[in-house]
Order: sequence, then structure tokens, then C-alpha cells
Amino acid sequence: MITVKGLRKAFKRQVILDGIDLSVPAGSIFALLGPNGAGKTTTVQILSTLLRPDGGEVRIGGHDLKREPDAIRALIGVTGQFSAVDSVLTGEENLMLMAKLRHLERDEGRRRIADLLHRFDLTEAAKKQAASYSGGMRRKLDLAMSLIGNPQLIFLDEPTTGLDPRSRQMLWTSIRTLADSGMTILLTTQYLDEADRLADRVAVLDKGKLVVEGTPTELKRRIPGGHVQLEFADPTALQKAAQLFGIAFNATSETADSLKLKVALTETVASLRAILERLDSAAITITGLAVQTPTLDDVFLAFTAQSN
Amino acid sequence: MTPVSHNMSNTSTMFRRVLKHMQRNFGVTILPALFTPILMLLMMLNIFGGTIEQSGSLSGSSYINYLTPGLILITAVYGISGAALRANTDMTQGIINRFRTMSIARMSVLTGHVFGNVIITLFSISVILVLAGLTGFRPAIRSDTLLAATGLIAFMVFALSWLAVAVGVSSKNAEGVNGYLYIIYTVPFLSTAFVPTDAMTPILAWFAENQPFSPIIDTIRALLTGGEVGTRGLVAVGWCLALTLIGYLWARSAYNGLADT
Repeated sequence: MITVKGLRKAFKRQVILDGIDLSVPAGSIFALLGPNGAGKTTTVQILSTLLRPDGGEVRIGGHDLKREPDAIRALIGVTGQFSAVDSVLTGEENLMLMAKLRHLERDEGRRRIADLLHRFDLTEAAKKQAASYSGGMRRKLDLAMSLIGNPQLIFLDEPTTGLDPRSRQMLWTSIRTLADSGMTILLTTQYLDEADRLADRVAVLDKGKLVVEGTPTELKRRIPGGHVQLEFADPTALQKAAQLFGIAFNATSETADSLKLKVALTETVASLRAILERLDSAAITITGLAVQTPTLDDVFLAFTAQSN
Repeated sequence: MTPVSHNMSNTSTMFRRVLKHMQRNFGVTILPALFTPILMLLMMLNIFGGTIEQSGSLSGSSYINYLTPGLILITAVYGISGAALRANTDMTQGIINRFRTMSIARMSVLTGHVFGNVIITLFSISVILVLAGLTGFRPAIRSDTLLAATGLIAFMVFALSWLAVAVGVSSKNAEGVNGYLYIIYTVPFLSTAFVPTDAMTPILAWFAENQPFSPIIDTIRALLTGGEVGTRGLVAVGWCLALTLIGYLWARSAYNGLADT
């Protein structure tokens, strides 16, 4: 669906994208993960024909981005970071505007609008001005507007940033449903759990470069920092546990004082279960444990350290 | 659908969107546009009217007949703030990025604003003409000159609407829009809108005679009050054409320039 080779973009002298290669197969969910300023939004803006790239080759749905932007526009839907709804119009009128701009037949348009309002739980608010909508409702309306022309590909730029947990869950479900219906989705996010939940493949972007790409499972396996912190009643138990997990142990270290031990996890639940079983069978009791899943900070520290 | 009918359909959709905006905010849309012309009507007529009539520079005709074409211009000029601000709001909010990633006629969103402003301004002008009629304005009723006057007024409003949209698109925010508007607002005062140029200093008189709006007002005045149009009519049409072109090209380049900012 999308192939990108050597994509470059600079604003004035600042390099934003420094040679990006991407390949997004049709029907998959692809997540671009990265901190603020990594170039995620710029990438989406270029791929969605808003910005002109300085260099590189982009093909979307078989069309060249530079030569046939309008053919690409007919294939895509875009929901950006900033709400792209008309606040003066009602939810229904916003959808009607999109249907008309996409030249849908009147009946076909009405049917799709009713369907989308229902699907995004906006039927009740349909006749209210979008200005009165909550952040979550605006985002859902925004997504519904992108979907009205049945696009083959949608871009979601930080779709859940700033949403409350409930709206986020609802949006995740909607996105999954879209992918199941065969739509290709490229989303950007700052949240590792979001990429994990939704994406088939994840690429990590940092300072305009792709530092790593893979399935969420592959990526997490390569991320250090996911660990469980075990707490023990006495130094003997701590020492035995350290030997059990083959962790170098120094009796004078901070670890010994606090009676705490960190054990790396490769997969959260399975590894945790294995660790507890090993402790059990060695008859070591723990007084507490805390699971620390990998954070985006861990990913960056790990991969940017590698790329430097 | 052919590309042309696609384009027309997009433009009409955008036009109806602007109409809906104006209808929802009717009060704030129409009142600022009417406030200044009504104020000018009352002030000029009651404060300066008598003096100007007595000075003899109107060669006997009533001041309200002289003033009304000027009020038409004032209404059209002050009316552009609404269109400029509406276009600016579109540019500074996310909706414009949605339009720009859709396969639609690129300029249709701007053309929608232009036609929206033409409609609302022609409405405001009608209101002002009724008020002018109540205070004694008596046009020369001849179907051909009336038709020509209407056409020229519409053309002037169309030109100003493109300038309004250009101001809206090229400004970063509402303050920027107001900066441009203050400059545009002063231009009608240095024209033949309110008084003949006889009593002005030579430099001001030269500017007032030759600035774009004066030939337009003079022509509308001649058409409405049965005066001689002469070559000034051609100059008026020429200025409308030039202002339209400037406004359109400025709006288009500002709109396309959004890409890399």
C-alpha cells in the first residue's frame, strides 16, 4: 500500500526527516512510534499530500506522490492531531459536508452517515453543534469524517493523545474493527502500549531516522528495562534468589541493603509466572513484587544509544 | 462527473457551508457590517450635509443623493471583515488540512467564502439603500442604468471579497487580519465617497481622484442619479478587474504557500 524510500524533509536548516524507508502492506496496521519532535507528524503530513518532500520516493496505492497527489487523495482518509471538524456545524452536517465533497449519492450518503453516527455512538449528539462536543466525541466525529468515502488507507496522527481512558478504549476498538474490514492504517503514537495493542508492525522514529522496525513482540524482546522487582524478608533469601537467577550479587551493594532484586522479563505474564514457579520450587519466599513494564523511555534509551 | 461539474459541485458545497455559518452567527455577521454605514449615514447627513449643500459643490443636488453611493462602498469595505475572519478561522483550524487532503477542487473552500461574502454584502447594501431611501435618497429610475449600477456594485463586492479572503488566508491569526483591515478601512475616506474633491488640498485631491474606489463610486453615482458616466465607467470596471485579479492571485499563493510553513 505504501512504499517509501529515502524520504527527506528539512524546514529551513533543521533536518526533520533524514532518509526514511518504510513499507506498509495493504490491510495491516502500521505504527510509527516516537517522542515529540521525532518527525512522526511530518511523515504523516507528507504521505497525506499536505507537505512536499525534499527528497525520496513515495508510492501509495500504486501512485507516485509527486506526480499524482490527487489520485492519492481519493484513496486516503486523514485524522490529524488537531481536530479537523467544523465546530459551527452539527455532527451530522459535518458528515454531510464530507459526503457531498466526495460526491456520494444522496441516499448512499444518508445511509453511510446514519451508519457512522451509530458506529461511533454519536447518534444522540448528531444534531448538536460540534463546538459542544467533548474531546472524545470530537475525535470520533473526526474519524467518522475520514471514513465517509470508504478510504483504502487512513492516517491517524496520535489518535488518542489527550483522551480519557474510556474514550481511548473505544477508539482502539474502532480502529481494530476498521483493520479487520481490510483497511490499511498508518498511525503515530507516543505510547508503547497503544502500538502494542493495535499494530501489526511498529517502527521507532527518533531525530528523523528509523532506529528499529518489527512486530511489537520482536521489538519488546529487544527492549531491556522490562523487569520485576522482588522483595525479600532477609538477606539469605535475597542471596539464594540471586544465585537462582544467575544475577551477580554483591553483599555490600544497595540491592542488599534494600533487600530488593531486579529480574529481567522477556514477556510479562509468562516470564513472571516462570519466575514465581522457580522461586516456589526453590522454597524462597518473597514479601512483595512490583512489575515494571518497558516504557517508551526504555526503548529510546536502548535504541538511540545503539544508533549513536 | 466531468472535472468542471466536480469543481462546481465542490464550490457549491463550500458556498452552502459558508451560508450555514453566517446563518448560525447571523447577529455577529450582519451587525458589524451595518454599524459603520448607518453611523456614517446619520453623521454625515446631519453634521456635514447642510454645510456641503450650501457650499454649492454639489451643483444643486441633494447631499443624500451624493452620499448614498459612498455608503454603498463603505458597506462593501466594512463587510469584508466577516469574510476575512471566517477564512482566517478556517486556515488556523484543523479543518483546512482535511480539505487539503481530499480530492476536491483546491480553491473551492476559498471560492465558497467569496460567494458567501458577496451574498451577505449585497444584502447589507440593500438594507442601507432602504435606510437611505427613508432619509430622502431618490435614484433616477431607469432600467438600463439601474441594471448597470447593480452589475458594477456586484463586481466591486466580488473584487473586495477576493481581497478579504486573501487577507484571511495570509494572516497568521485574527490580529493579523485586523492589521490589514485597518489599512483597507482608511482608503474609502480618502476618496470621493463623502465629499467632492474641490475643497481638498491638491495632493489629497489628486489621490482621492485617482485611487481605485473613486472611479467606482463616481460611476455608481452617475448611474443612480442620472449623471454622465463617461470614460470613468471603463476605469471603474478596470479597477474591479484588477482588484479581483490581485485578490485572487494573492489568496491562491497564500493558500498554496501554507504547505511549507
